[in-house]
Amino acid sequence: MTTSLTGTEERRAPAVHREVVRKRRGPRLTGWAYAAPTALFVLIFFVVPTVLVARMSVSDWNLFAGDRGYNAPENFTAAVQNRLFWPAVGFTVKYTLVTTVILLVLALGLALLVQESSRWSGFLRTAFLVPSALGLASASLLFYALYSPQSSPLGFLGISFLGTPAGALWSTVVLIVWRFAGFYMLLLLVGLQGISGDVYEAARLDGATRWQTFRYVTLPLLRSSLALCTILCVTGSMLAFDQFYLLTKGGPDNSTITIVQLVYNLAFQGANDLGRAAALSILILGALLVVNLVQFRGLRGREN
Amino acid sequence: MRHNRLSRAILAGLLMTTMAACGDGGAQGTAAPPAGAGVEGVDDGSKLTLWTRAPLESQAKALVEAYNATHKNQVELTIVPNDDYVAKVGAAAGSGDLPDLFAADIVYVPNWTKSGLFHDLTESIGQLSYADEINQGHVRAGTYEGRKYVLPFVLDLSVIFWNKALYREAGLDPEKGPATLDEFKEHALAVQKLGRTDVHGTYFGGNCGGCNVFTWFPMIWASGAEVMADDGGKSLLDGAAAQKVYRTWRDLRAAGAIAPGAKDETGATWVAAFQEGKVGVMPYPATLLQTAAKTVDVGVTAIPGASAGTGSTFVGGDGIGISKDSELTQQAWNFLSWLTSEAAQVEVLAKNDSSVARTDLVDNRYAVEDPRVVTINKTAAAPQSRTPVAVNFQQAFNAPGSPWVTLLRNQVYGDASSLATDNEALTSVLAQ
Repeated sequence: MTTSLTGTEERRAPAVHREVVRKRRGPRLTGWAYAAPTALFVLIFFVVPTVLVARMSVSDWNLFAGDRGYNAPENFTAAVQNRLFWPAVGFTVKYTLVTTVILLVLALGLALLVQESSRWSGFLRTAFLVPSALGLASASLLFYALYSPQSSPLGFLGISFLGTPAGALWSTVVLIVWRFAGFYMLLLLVGLQGISGDVYEAARLDGATRWQTFRYVTLPLLRSSLALCTILCVTGSMLAFDQFYLLTKGGPDNSTITIVQLVYNLAFQGANDLGRAAALSILILGALLVVNLVQFRGLRGREN
Repeated sequence: MRHNRLSRAILAGLLMTTMAACGDGGAQGTAAPPAGAGVEGVDDGSKLTLWTRAPLESQAKALVEAYNATHKNQVELTIVPNDDYVAKVGAAAGSGDLPDLFAADIVYVPNWTKSGLFHDLTESIGQLSYADEINQGHVRAGTYEGRKYVLPFVLDLSVIFWNKALYREAGLDPEKGPATLDEFKEHALAVQKLGRTDVHGTYFGGNCGGCNVFTWFPMIWASGAEVMADDGGKSLLDGAAAQKVYRTWRDLRAAGAIAPGAKDETGATWVAAFQEGKVGVMPYPATLLQTAAKTVDVGVTAIPGASAGTGSTFVGGDGIGISKDSELTQQAWNFLSWLTSEAAQVEVLAKNDSSVARTDLVDNRYAVEDPRVVTINKTAAAPQSRTPVAVNFQQAFNAPGSPWVTLLRNQVYGDASSLATDNEALTSVLAQ
């Protein structure tokens, strides 16, 4: 037994050596090999489609009739001049602000609530996270039943959930908060648990109050987690579609049309104009790039 | 999570583009002319594909089963959810992948014939001995530049349904529906006066363009007026007859006689409350007679106008044609020829209480068993019944947030004085 073991080790040593040499010789090649699958996916599922959408956006392209030639910048001017364009932009921004603020504050509160191990924390964590296991479309249908006067168990409240612009907005916000609060709580919880207990102990020794500890210890150390949540939440809200498509169809009176819904309407609901829809998609892509760039900048600036 | 949506949307765009690129050749040139094989086409055991939308599922299934049982050709049916149908047909049209046969909401047909999605059936239809008896509303909607492309697949008519039990309770004659708009209002108010919390006078889709095209246009036609002029390029929905319709609904709303939820109703559940016995009287799709009759004692009459007359209906439903991509046109014509025959119209459609699409078959042996079905069939052929034709119909009327939805919501719930402006917005979309 002993001899054979030693033998194996002796034989393995040169092999390890060879591998190290090979790694040194082609570190760039190996790096590219590791990155290749992702790069390929990005190429097929992002770069190529973007180029094609860009081409669509400068073409007279009808859903049924197909490509009828170059017409830039007509699609862009027509998309911006659409009677619903500015209302959709305004509503999308408003919705993004409302959901982001509410979701992050609530998620942080929930994370603080369940971070300590207590008898109930396991139950609470699960309860908060369960809605995230439900698809957004199913969740929207569930809430549609909850809000529809024909099936609602909340009829006794006498509220028209989807009948007024404000009602429709807040009813959708409630759905989104219910659906995503647990998910963002989880992200922040990971951040919270990454903060070492030593810093809290030091703060306690210095006589910091609860609020001071939260403001000057927890928040700064949680910055990167908060930034991640903000970016996810802002991007997700700016691209909101399913929930409004299912709950309100942009109503009442076009008060809840988001910009992505307008893209869908231009392409498939009447105008059937893929060119204009593509032009609008390109504008959204541009806006998203700018917003994310600003967020990353702000984040990096504060860290330095 | 959610941030994947844009890339998914872009991916969808990619798929459509690549498909469009592959489909440039098109198959229309190589397919045999449908009329070449005579009035019955070819029945040689070919596999045909047929698409339709979900609301017509039961009729489509019955028709396809009956055809497959009696023919060598076999039709494979695909049912597509209503809201996805236009997108699916659009993507397939771009890529040259349309099925042999596909049905289309008759109000979208003018746009689709103009886009060249169908084979020309003028000669084939001309060979049918009963060509002139086929529902002219559908045939007209499927005619573009003098060529005929579409036949009626399933008719969906709008009629007045009333709940006989509630009429009796409210002291109304349970055998007599409203003959004028004013009577409609009176009846609804009478049922409302019962004061039952779960029962209301009437209901409508207050946030649904398609529902009110289907149910309000006939009220205007029955009053002797038109809804559009210039071949669907101009809206006349600010006329006196239209205003009478709006006033009727506004009064009902003010009196609290419309069941709750109407204002938010996008059309998903606009037929549900009546089937639950919670509504006294309302305009309703005739195709649902069988379904509604299971739970409610239903009375049926034509949709009335301002003054008493024969009434009117919206001759809706779906037309069907052979797609530009079909290579089995003569086999596909075999299905269409059978579809319009007595065997299909009477022994399948009428047997299942659906409306027939031929005027000479209105009094068939199944219809006479139920006077309500005769009423429905006769209304379809009434002089005031119409299938409205406009190339931009979907965008102007059916699309969520369309100018028509804005107009009707202002008329019932909002500032009614905006009618002229709203009507101009409608015309500007129609005239595009």
